[in-house]
Amino acid sequence: MDSREMVELDVETGLEAMARGELTSEAWTAALLERSAALNSRLNALTWQAGETALAEARAADAARAEGDERALLGVPVAIKDLLNVKGQPCTAGSAILKGYTAAYDATVIARLREAGAVFVSRTNTDEFAMGGSTETSTYGPTRNPWNPDCVPGGSSGGSAAAVAARLAPAALASDTGGSIRQPAAFCGVTGFKPTYGRVSRYGCTAFASSLDQVGPMARTVEDAARLYHVIAGADPADSTTSPQPVDGDVAALRDAHDLKGLRLGLPKAYFAEGLDPEVEQLTRAAIGQCRALGAELVEVDLPYSKYGIACYYILAPAEASANLARYEGVRYGNRAEADTLLEMYENTREQGFGAEVKRRVILGTYVLSSGFYDAYYSRAQRVRTLIRTDFEQALSQCDALLGPVTPTPAFRVGERSADPLAMYLGDIFTVNVNLAGLCGLSVPCGFTSSGLPTGLHIIGPAFGEMQVLKIGAAYQHATDWHLRRPADPPPDADVDAKTK
Amino acid sequence: MTMNFSERADRMDVRYVARLARIRLTDAEADELQGQLDDILAFVGELKRLDVQEAPPTDDSSGNRNIWHEDVPRPGLPHEAAMALAPTARHGQFVVPKIME
Repeated sequence: MDSREMVELDVETGLEAMARGELTSEAWTAALLERSAALNSRLNALTWQAGETALAEARAADAARAEGDERALLGVPVAIKDLLNVKGQPCTAGSAILKGYTAAYDATVIARLREAGAVFVSRTNTDEFAMGGSTETSTYGPTRNPWNPDCVPGGSSGGSAAAVAARLAPAALASDTGGSIRQPAAFCGVTGFKPTYGRVSRYGCTAFASSLDQVGPMARTVEDAARLYHVIAGADPADSTTSPQPVDGDVAALRDAHDLKGLRLGLPKAYFAEGLDPEVEQLTRAAIGQCRALGAELVEVDLPYSKYGIACYYILAPAEASANLARYEGVRYGNRAEADTLLEMYENTREQGFGAEVKRRVILGTYVLSSGFYDAYYSRAQRVRTLIRTDFEQALSQCDALLGPVTPTPAFRVGERSADPLAMYLGDIFTVNVNLAGLCGLSVPCGFTSSGLPTGLHIIGPAFGEMQVLKIGAAYQHATDWHLRRPADPPPDADVDAKTK
Repeated sequence: MTMNFSERADRMDVRYVARLARIRLTDAEADELQGQLDDILAFVGELKRLDVQEAPPTDDSSGNRNIWHEDVPRPGLPHEAAMALAPTARHGQFVVPKIME
């Protein structure tokens, strides 16, 4: 197998090739590192490459396999969003305030991937502290969409999505606070899975909004996403918001998912309302038609409060962020701006260390939590959150899962929404409610616009309904080939002004 | 159209709130943020129209309450490893500008 074939391998085919002795993890990892070095200046999907440490992990995996070791992800190279701590690697969250920071410990999800034999090959770009929907707010500059480098990859996990789409890694870990796995997966034509809040440990995941953050996988197939999901999921004593409920199912259960007979799938009327791009609507409806052809019964459902999701989210998430980001004050870790007094040091450190979007959200969050406005904004949004949860509980009591678009538009152009934060926020309309209601959601590729940009089908399941959602996604992928399409490599003269430092 | 008080968008004093958040802003930044945050507050203010009396607040969706651990020590980050991350440290302690005259 030559290196061009190796970079095309997904997790499943790579594991099979290694099991047959046709591939070593070292060669696979080296091929991905070489390709990443060649392409990353154009895509800016990666913030750091592991190089020799990844090759050493790969050699150790090869040696273990020679001894009969068959762990779930043995020797599989995985890219990691640059806000999950991998001991000994940089962890910047795309922020200047953490440039130069080296993780002192493994996040729980990383420890579990490590135990399963994974190789940590690279770190992926993210909006600063995961605050954004385009991967443009990173201190490393914008990531480019592999399907069209003039467009954004979505965000905040745009680096992970672009890396998986562009064959820089067969799979990646990402995080989703208001859509940050599903939206970039849709924009880049990959599979992205946000598990239920509490299903996956957040320990070692740089905190943005702690009641909403959830770690999940991105991959090229639903089965591969499930492979990573089943390794990282489950209760963790280091995160008391994880659920004690056992993780059910396995990847094998997805292989036989070939129809949707006996399933009732709900179509939220509000998700096909004004504002949805006509091409995205047409592609989503075609995908839903495919689900009906596979045997699903379709029912319309009402989500009367879902239209308030964005407003609710943009009170709660900034509020939590303002508290979480208080820790970056230049004392214990991260960068410091020197000053004569302690107060000036705090102010200078945060002025220089935070970018515009982070400042905007921290100030907004400070305001909605401040005396006199707490009841009007924060407390009220928490109650609206309950109304949104109840909405989804009722809708999901009438059906097994919900189907709809992931995003109201396909990927937009780099810079298009930078000056208008509200326009950027409105792009989260179909994804934020899943976080607010504590559900699980999957994005699978479901077609391409006339300009060649991918779109995603959103499959939303009840809390801890992961296997149901994954089975629907697997059945859809077994009947379609959108997820197998691959973007052309960007031309060498692609006009990319991405900052490298 | 008349608006009652509860529907009127609040106007944030960006410079004051930024000080609470310990973020220094240039005048240009403050002016730009003022316009953006006015728009955002007007938008999120739509929640004021909803009747939320009957809805209890949701803190998080996990439903977990009082997760207990055995009261036994567990290994944590070694002191040296934690201090190695400090921007400025001396004698195993964080160094900050003096806070008293």
